[in-house]
Amino acid sequence: MATAMTDTITAAEPVDLLSKFDPIIQTREQLLAAGVEDPFNLVMEQVLSPTRAICNGRDTILLGTYNYMGMTFDPDVIAAGKAAMEDFGAGTTGSRVLNGTFRDHRDVEAALREFYDMDHAMVFSTGYQANLGIISTLAGKGDYIILDIDSHASIYDGCAMGNAEIVPFRHNDVEALEKRLKRIPEGAGKLVVLEGVYSMMGDVAPLKEMVRIAKENGAMVLVDEAHSMGFIGEHGRGVAEEQGVLDDVDFIIGTFSKSVGTVGGFCVSNHPKFEVLRLVCRPYVFTAALPPAVMASSATSIRKLMHGGNKRAHLWENSRTLHAGLRALGFQLGTETPQSAIIAVIMPDLEKGAMMWEALLKEGLYVNLARPPATPAGMTLLRCSLCAEHSAEQVQTILGMFERAGKAIGII
Amino acid sequence: MTPADVDAKIRTLIEPFNKKGVAIEDATTFAGDLEFDSLTVMDFVAEIEDEFDVIISMNQQAEIENWGQLVAAVHKLQDS
Repeated sequence: MATAMTDTITAAEPVDLLSKFDPIIQTREQLLAAGVEDPFNLVMEQVLSPTRAICNGRDTILLGTYNYMGMTFDPDVIAAGKAAMEDFGAGTTGSRVLNGTFRDHRDVEAALREFYDMDHAMVFSTGYQANLGIISTLAGKGDYIILDIDSHASIYDGCAMGNAEIVPFRHNDVEALEKRLKRIPEGAGKLVVLEGVYSMMGDVAPLKEMVRIAKENGAMVLVDEAHSMGFIGEHGRGVAEEQGVLDDVDFIIGTFSKSVGTVGGFCVSNHPKFEVLRLVCRPYVFTAALPPAVMASSATSIRKLMHGGNKRAHLWENSRTLHAGLRALGFQLGTETPQSAIIAVIMPDLEKGAMMWEALLKEGLYVNLARPPATPAGMTLLRCSLCAEHSAEQVQTILGMFERAGKAIGII
Repeated sequence: MTPADVDAKIRTLIEPFNKKGVAIEDATTFAGDLEFDSLTVMDFVAEIEDEFDVIISMNQQAEIENWGQLVAAVHKLQDS
């Protein structure tokens, strides 16, 4: 009897579910064994301003935080958050559809309607959840989602969760989009998903043509403007506004964790039935609402962004100066011209990229190290995102750091 | 088109992607034997879609692991 029991136990060999990640563990160990500081384990011990922090013990210029408009330390934004925390407490402890809608959740949605001049706004706990929720709820089994192959992970995850048929097309290829739209069976629901600015290379989508083609073929259109809000388009509403097609876009997705400087995600729309989504969108219903301090800070920040003309002009100046400077130094960049506040510096490979990232960190500069599978075409990138609060002098300092590091690593 | 015609057509389409000249049989896998990465898959699928005027969604692609399955799937799609 005892023997039989032992046999049973040894027969059931446990399968380690983490074994499938062994190649990633190995790559990481090789990188760290070469003496490189861990690019994915940086700690900011102190944050001094939107553009400076003490990182791993060093005074560091921040050039990879998406804090485009530098709102994180805006005195009005901080004051609004402090007051809301005093008055409404630290958290909501509940879903938006139960006990989690406070005064400031309503107010931040009002601020978004004002900012975009649209009828409806719905706030999610993160930008990731906004894409996850809206896309999976709009397009279900039997519907078709036609999306750019370089779409963000949150878009792909929203697609997977909704069980729609997923049809990708080559990045920014208008003709490829049109061909696929025309092949979709008649009568099927169609959602075209695009981004204003693609965050890996910092390039802008040809929304004017793409939105027109989507509409001609009877599709609804969703545009993720996470990386353009606040500084692209006349009112900072994004690439769709800049290219004159905002009225034809059915749903705009955005985030508070970039230009707004807080955390949260949203969808704005003029669709008359939009409000029903609050009842049927699971990533909206089955999670806790953001803390009131975050909502109050966000509302204040959004309303200030409506009047941020000077800051926007300076951000563009910074983007142009850095782009031209890096090109002149001989770096290979993701775009021929500066199209957004993101400038991607293309590295020859992951090893050189990690060495360059570390050399820059030691110079006192933080950028994002981006690598496959997040990047297109298996590239390793050093992704720089500029801030309206970077001074002209800081941009020159940054160029000096790139020059020294690039020469030391042998990239330029 | 018969399955044999579909097979012959896709065989010409795959040539530029089959850089190592791997001999293709029904059981030849795209990820394993042909070492296709996601970009190569996209380009190859786009060629087939354009040639046959069909859509092979990512959901359908996930079910197709080898050559035989691809030929069968495309044959079925262009028939419908």
